[in-house]
Amino acid sequence: MKKDIVIIGGGPAGLAAALSAYENGIENIMITERDMRLGGILNQCIHNGFGLHTFREELTGPEYAHRYIQRIRDERIPYMLNSMVTDIRYSPDPGKTDKILTVMNKEKGMFEIEASAVILAMGCRERPRGAMNTPGFRGAGIYSAGTAQLYVNIEGRMPGRRVVIVGSGDIGLIMARRMTLEGAKVEAVVEIMPYSGGLKRNIVQCLNDFGIPLMLGHTVIDIHGKNRVSGVTVAAVDKDLKPVKGSERYIECDTLLYSVGLIPENELTRKLGAVIDKKTNGPVVNKALEIDGKGVFACGNVLHVHDIVDRVSKEAVNAGRNAALYLRGELDRENAEGFIESAEKNVYRPGESDDKLTCIKCPNGCELTVRRMEDSTLEVTGNKCPKGLAYAKEEFTHPVRTLTSTVPLYDPSEGISVGTSEEAYEGATAGVSDRVPVGEYVGTLSVKSREEIPKELLKDCADALRDVRITAPVSVGDVVLENVAGTGVDIVATSEKTL
Amino acid sequence: MTDVIIIGAGITGSCIARELSRQKRKILVLEKASDVCEGTSKANSGIIHGGYDAKPGTLKARLNVMGSMMMEDLSRELDFPYIRNGSLVLAPEGSDMGRLDELLERGIKNGVKGLRIVDREELKYLEPNVNDRIEAALYVPSGAIADPFLMTVAMAENAAVNGVDFSFGEEVIDIERTDSGYRVITTDSVYESGYVINAAGVYADKIHGMVSKDPMEIVPVRGQYCLFDNELSGLVKHTLFKLPTEKGKGILVTPTAHGNIMAGPTAETLEDKEAVNTTAEGIATVLKEGALSVKELPERKVITSFSGLRAHEVSGDFIIREASDARGFIDVAGIESPGLSAAPAIAEYVSDILNKLEPSEYRTDHISKREGIPVMSKASYEERQRLIKEDPLFGNVICRCEFVTEGEIVRAINRPLGATTLDGVKRRVRAGMGRCQGGFCSPRVVEILARELSKDPGEIRKNDPGSELLAGYNKKI
Repeated sequence: MKKDIVIIGGGPAGLAAALSAYENGIENIMITERDMRLGGILNQCIHNGFGLHTFREELTGPEYAHRYIQRIRDERIPYMLNSMVTDIRYSPDPGKTDKILTVMNKEKGMFEIEASAVILAMGCRERPRGAMNTPGFRGAGIYSAGTAQLYVNIEGRMPGRRVVIVGSGDIGLIMARRMTLEGAKVEAVVEIMPYSGGLKRNIVQCLNDFGIPLMLGHTVIDIHGKNRVSGVTVAAVDKDLKPVKGSERYIECDTLLYSVGLIPENELTRKLGAVIDKKTNGPVVNKALEIDGKGVFACGNVLHVHDIVDRVSKEAVNAGRNAALYLRGELDRENAEGFIESAEKNVYRPGESDDKLTCIKCPNGCELTVRRMEDSTLEVTGNKCPKGLAYAKEEFTHPVRTLTSTVPLYDPSEGISVGTSEEAYEGATAGVSDRVPVGEYVGTLSVKSREEIPKELLKDCADALRDVRITAPVSVGDVVLENVAGTGVDIVATSEKTL
Repeated sequence: MTDVIIIGAGITGSCIARELSRQKRKILVLEKASDVCEGTSKANSGIIHGGYDAKPGTLKARLNVMGSMMMEDLSRELDFPYIRNGSLVLAPEGSDMGRLDELLERGIKNGVKGLRIVDREELKYLEPNVNDRIEAALYVPSGAIADPFLMTVAMAENAAVNGVDFSFGEEVIDIERTDSGYRVITTDSVYESGYVINAAGVYADKIHGMVSKDPMEIVPVRGQYCLFDNELSGLVKHTLFKLPTEKGKGILVTPTAHGNIMAGPTAETLEDKEAVNTTAEGIATVLKEGALSVKELPERKVITSFSGLRAHEVSGDFIIREASDARGFIDVAGIESPGLSAAPAIAEYVSDILNKLEPSEYRTDHISKREGIPVMSKASYEERQRLIKEDPLFGNVICRCEFVTEGEIVRAINRPLGATTLDGVKRRVRAGMGRCQGGFCSPRVVEILARELSKDPGEIRKNDPGSELLAGYNKKI
């Protein structure tokens, strides 16, 4: 197989890079994706907050991915799923500038693709517990936050019921809310630094909204429970980040989630002899995002871990365009647009008084100061746009949120859906014969509230989703439940499911 | 009624089971854990010692050298990873070089071949990343490394293929004497057997005490380890020991049979035989002392840490004999380092004891060869192509870090004594052993286990009962 551009990875970076290359006139493209679907990690990021920069509207992860996937389909850009690139090398033929990729999948076995240009978009992975070297037992119940996210959001299963989260990275914060809405008790989020590395709006929406304590300047120093986690010992740390004697505290829990950072996944990149930057853990690239000056580009989280997906897309657009220019011999490496930096980290520090507020309308997270005037009007400062003013007023009078969750999805071919979801679960998995026949449980469907709902009703609305029974096929935007918990707001699907 | 009951399916019990399976005996192995290799056998250095270290004349010395010499052939016969990488015992500047000579002489007395002392220059050539402070070393070319999980699995599996029964999740709670031997009472059943072999690791003294008044005391001595990312693969080629001091053998740095770098173990005498936890002090010791042997041991590249308990018998040597006051009850106790190296020789030794007590005919239909699961990560392009053609599941990568496919996982589950747990899969085919430590693959492995074993994913465990990985469906409390 011979391709102009091969894009390794069908997540947000790969999809945007492919579309960008296509828009810049390259048609002979192939995207290789090792998962069974396009979209990458966005598929399990069912929460909202994506797309504010790219689409000027707030989307969930699956919706954001869907917009790109739809365009990939519309333009008929080829991709192969369940296919892993196992090796990449430069053509040994001195007259050729091709790169040779070895690909493996179930259908074709091993095969090679010759590519004139390659865009590396393999993303990143989570740093595991081992990297933290937390002492203690190694029983069941210790997960990375992303693994827990996959279990809850894709498989509809709970990794535990009483949770302590280590590290206040965004995935950890998101999972604190997610597991709370699914009925778990999140005991604490433990962060070793005196500030959180997560976005401010996630602190507000995921912890503060649910009264989950954020223990800054603390760390887990021992994990108890031989077969299953039974608790953790948490201690405060000093300025050298060493545990302070006497500050130990035992927290009972059955689950420990680690959200301690992400590492770019550069096994393949190394095979090309690329130099890995010690700071970013991604390859060193030139201004055009090229690792070698020979037509291999890198973009997205494989290059450096981005704060938000919108910037991944933007960087990938640059990579796609640069690859197209390279193929036409027009790439101006000195003046190319490439690397997209993350925004300056807007870290959350404690001790802010009540009249301070973090705007959650976009990832900027403006620090608002709200003063209640004598005539009971509000004076708002610190906002960079009018949305901040509106948000502050809303937050002080009637705070609202978008609910994101999942509902169980059934394959209707097994029978008619009758009965409560409770029964459906039992019947679907255990095959209990005295129950009404139901379709086979096939996983989850991600959903959201079409409009924002009053903050205090979030839990009621989430609980109302218990009884929803959905059968495939479903399209993005389909109404799943009307007028959830009497709020007048509909719950709609944020991903599509075909049979 | 069985002829022989073996208590414990660690490396010792599994090797004995395999050795005895050559004979016409009815054999049952009782294991309280859910799988083979769940105690000390899963958490040790994985080193096949040359045999220079043990005191001449001891069982440890004799069986170590014998076992070490058997190992390479065994690794081929039973298809488990074994690499003769050689060991170096490092003497830093200012240390007593006389001790290095003592070790050399001891090794020669024990019958270890090829030993010699190398100077700084040769050492640098043999091991370029050795710490600059090291002045000389004892070179042990026969030193090797093996995969202790796969070695145990291979032994047990081969025993099972040859008719040995294994029963898991059964803890022996009492043993009574009968006219024809022993009645072994477990948490689940009662078994009668002519002979009992006690290979119960740290609990061997407890099992021994059920029938014998001979003194025996097993003290658990914990060893903590750190395992490093395979990015560091090649950092050291040999197993780097420290020159032993009064305080003990010290922290070694070694490649594993799969190319990771490992450092450890600590040596902490404990009372609790379940204390397989790691501690902040232990990990710090491993990292600090390990760094003295090499130029750099980057802490950031640790992917996991773990602990094992050495089954130390207070007399200091292996105890392998029929109890003086219990006919037909054979102890195989105190099997600490070099237990892994000695295990095949221990098995032959036990077989001899048993044959003296009651000779048995040898089977003519014994199958001594075992073929392991194909390893896709090590296969060539053509082998991969062929495997996927035979079974497309070999084309589906589940563990990205270690490049483990669905085909390998399905085989790990469906073989004799196959994996039933996440850890069982991990130890057989390495899914989840890599740098993300199962972050990506464990949900998929759980799904495959559930499918192959016709269970609900909620029933799948990490290892023993109580280690279920999931807590029901969303929203259900």
